[in-house]
Amino acid sequence: MTKPLSGRELAQQIAEHVPDAIVEADEAAVIVQSQSLFEVMRFVKETAELDLDYLVSITAVDYWDYLEVVYHLVSIAHNHSLVIKTRCDDRDNPEVPSVVGLWQGADFQEREVYDLMGIRFDGHPSLRRIFLWEGFQGYPLRRDYL
Amino acid sequence: MAAQRMPPIYVASELDRVEGLTIDELKQRCAVPIPDPDAWLEEEIERNVLITSVDKVLNWGRRFSLWPVLCFPACCAFEVMATAVSRFDISRFGMELMRASPRQADLMLVAGTVTWKMAAALKQIYDQMPEPKWVVAMGSCAISGGTFSESYSVVPGVNRIVPVDVYVPGCPPRPEALLRGIIMLHQKIGKQSIAKR
Repeated sequence: MTKPLSGRELAQQIAEHVPDAIVEADEAAVIVQSQSLFEVMRFVKETAELDLDYLVSITAVDYWDYLEVVYHLVSIAHNHSLVIKTRCDDRDNPEVPSVVGLWQGADFQEREVYDLMGIRFDGHPSLRRIFLWEGFQGYPLRRDYL
Repeated sequence: MAAQRMPPIYVASELDRVEGLTIDELKQRCAVPIPDPDAWLEEEIERNVLITSVDKVLNWGRRFSLWPVLCFPACCAFEVMATAVSRFDISRFGMELMRASPRQADLMLVAGTVTWKMAAALKQIYDQMPEPKWVVAMGSCAISGGTFSESYSVVPGVNRIVPVDVYVPGCPPRPEALLRGIIMLHQKIGKQSIAKR
């Protein structure tokens, strides 16, 4: 079983290297500003004692007030895990930076989130729909979709 | 009868004489060869020549050589596999040859949920199959979309895409139900005529 890292302790480490990145942190997860997401991700991936080299999944949640993107990260070498989240307040044009530059596996995952939640990933090499077809109206996993 | 019976023979010369008489008598009796027992042949030919219609022969042949195309979009495919292997043994109905190419098939078993994105491919498979061809909609999803009938991505019934001959209900249908559907399709094929399609 993978050991979950404490979000609170990680938030302190992240804050030292990437100032103004942390929005909130508890034991389960770290919530970061979307504009500094890529820097935070690069930090947790490339720091030797964290070494979170494996991106398990990217998913998104609609909380009405904001959309939240959730990243599950695992270190193969250290066998520990971390959850990082980021929020988009603008429902009409939500945008977060893409992490394809760090993990190739993020490619299809970000396309899925874009397809079903309508969150744009800035810097993604080919952000197209993946499950639905070109020309589909709306984003079906949003709460206001009917 | 007792008067005709030969007296016991105790002398060797007498034995030879009687043997000669027997042989002469047999030779006389067998002057003409016995006819071969071929009377039954006439009857056998009568039994083997059948008078039937072209429809019946064609339908009989089509019925027992249905070749299904591999078109299994979702989980009902597992019931098709169970039907195909030894316990239920689909080859009893002459249809164990699952074809990877639709051009060699004449039956499409739509086993599972069809999404709108898959529907285009499904239609293409159907269009590539040569006539005559039949479609079995297997399971709730293929019949009406099932649980997902109001979903944004699922086709509410495969009859929106292709004409369906037999519907097999169930979620998923048991192999017995699928076999029942196939037998019903056999009955349907048996009633077809080349004069009208």
